[in-house]
Amino acid sequence: MGQVNPTPDYDEQKKKKPERKDGHKPSIFYKLRNNYKYQKYIFIFSCLLLPLIFFIGIRILPTLFTFNVGFREWNLLSTGDRPFVGLSNFVTLFKDEVFLKSLLNTFIYIVIGVIGQLTIGIIVALLLHKIKRFVGLFRVIYFIPYVTSIVAISWVFQWLFMSNGFINDFLMNLGFSQQPFLNSPDQAIFVISAAMIWQSIGFQMVLFLAGLSNIPDMLYEASDIDGATPWQKFWHVTVPLLNPTIVFSSIIGMITFIQVSFTQVVNMSMDGSGGPLNSTISVVVYIYQQAFRQYDMGTASAATVILFLFIMSLTIFQMKVLTKKFDY
Amino acid sequence: MKPGKFLPYIILIIGAIVMIFPFIWMLSTSLKAPMDIFNLNIIPESPTLANYIRILEESMFVKWFLNSLIIAVITTISVIFFDTLVGYIIAKFNFFGKKLLFILILSTLMVPVEMLIIPWYMMSSELGWTDTYWGILFPGLMTGFGVFLMKQFMEQIPEDLLNAARIDGMNEFSIFFKIAVPQVWPAISALGIFSFLSNWNAFLWPLIVTESPGMRTLPVGLSYFSSGEAESQWHLIMTGATISVIPLILVFIFLQRHIIKGIVLTGMK
Repeated sequence: MGQVNPTPDYDEQKKKKPERKDGHKPSIFYKLRNNYKYQKYIFIFSCLLLPLIFFIGIRILPTLFTFNVGFREWNLLSTGDRPFVGLSNFVTLFKDEVFLKSLLNTFIYIVIGVIGQLTIGIIVALLLHKIKRFVGLFRVIYFIPYVTSIVAISWVFQWLFMSNGFINDFLMNLGFSQQPFLNSPDQAIFVISAAMIWQSIGFQMVLFLAGLSNIPDMLYEASDIDGATPWQKFWHVTVPLLNPTIVFSSIIGMITFIQVSFTQVVNMSMDGSGGPLNSTISVVVYIYQQAFRQYDMGTASAATVILFLFIMSLTIFQMKVLTKKFDY
Repeated sequence: MKPGKFLPYIILIIGAIVMIFPFIWMLSTSLKAPMDIFNLNIIPESPTLANYIRILEESMFVKWFLNSLIIAVITTISVIFFDTLVGYIIAKFNFFGKKLLFILILSTLMVPVEMLIIPWYMMSSELGWTDTYWGILFPGLMTGFGVFLMKQFMEQIPEDLLNAARIDGMNEFSIFFKIAVPQVWPAISALGIFSFLSNWNAFLWPLIVTESPGMRTLPVGLSYFSSGEAESQWHLIMTGATISVIPLILVFIFLQRHIIKGIVLTGMK
């Protein structure tokens, strides 16, 4: 079959159109107003102007600037030149025991925190999925901590875990001995992690509830026929199908924990800066101390570069380890 | 009925008590007189509002509350407007450099905010932005996450719908506001709620950029108040905490359906 002729008349018409009969060329304004293509570009340009300035000026360039500062000796108080010192800031950091401690603590916060909130979040979601009444009420109650101010919550927890506070009183009534909690270098980090987990259970619960409702009942019915125990059903049906949710939640959980660890540590630790004996200091607290207490911007920037690499490698690790392909 | 049926309810009720108890304890302490606070009754013997009156008269909680509100509202409006617009343009137009722009915006998602506070601080002190509203809110005016989210939703709008409006002679701005925006309203409200929450609760940057007590936001003010003027006066600290927590809980209970839907919506993308 031959091709259909694409209406030659129309093409010729199109070519002729811009020339007007009186010989005048159409003015630029006429073109701008009536040509869709011009209008489109004006629209795109005018809409993207401010966002471009923002993302380049406030996001991208500062990031590059941090790398730059990290390789220089840069104290805010001294006005002299800021010499390039290569890796010396990084060497200083890795010789500083407080920094190494803060790196280790951040890792502990992430491991305890992410595992804790995922496990409890899944358990609560599974229980809520099982019951039929009051689901909405429970969901609201479990979610409330997530929307409240971390600073306020930190002080409430500090008050609850005081040496003569409610929790100790409760423990003593049950016959246990009084615990030092936030005053103890061994226990403080766990109390702070517990507060972080407590606050994020609701968020995980909502994500997992959504994930669970996407699993077709058919699969459970099929495994019932095969005689699977509830435990087998959980590991072989629920977990594999929740895998995308688990990967997403653990990455989001990790990133928020790194941020939250600053607010929570500053407001919960006894000296407000990661005590007792730096047992609760996190990398972000360390960065804050270096930059805004010591005014040593060089070392602080180098520490943020390490934090950046730390987050990157953990994210890649999580994606690699947690994302598995399942066959059905 | 099997006893196994009640087990989930029992576990959930115990969990619910753990979730709700810190708030009850906070409220209870805030209603106690100073000498009663170590008396560990949940219901205060002689409830008093004296702590609230004292805090509202002697400290700047009202000012901090207003500061937080102003900053959260302005940033939320800006985030909604710009993120939706940029997401729409990336999803629905082809132009030179579009891919590069999108990669640029996505790359900002990988950089933690903590990495930017030092250059932002230097920038702010150079330009005289420290201790101003603008200084507190400028880093949050747009978010890479929001652009990405809105792009995902805008892509689902059928091209024919937009073209039909173009043929009818609508200009591009009206198409955006009157055709595209109503289609993605649930996503916009989710973005708005998250933006409001995160700015309302922001701590690190407002702590760095504010100097005078009058410019502090609620979390920063509460933190200074609790470790400074009210040190160890737990009845006052808990009153401050209640003031900063209760309004948000009330708003949440009011909007909870939208908030929970919003998380699901954004989590699934």
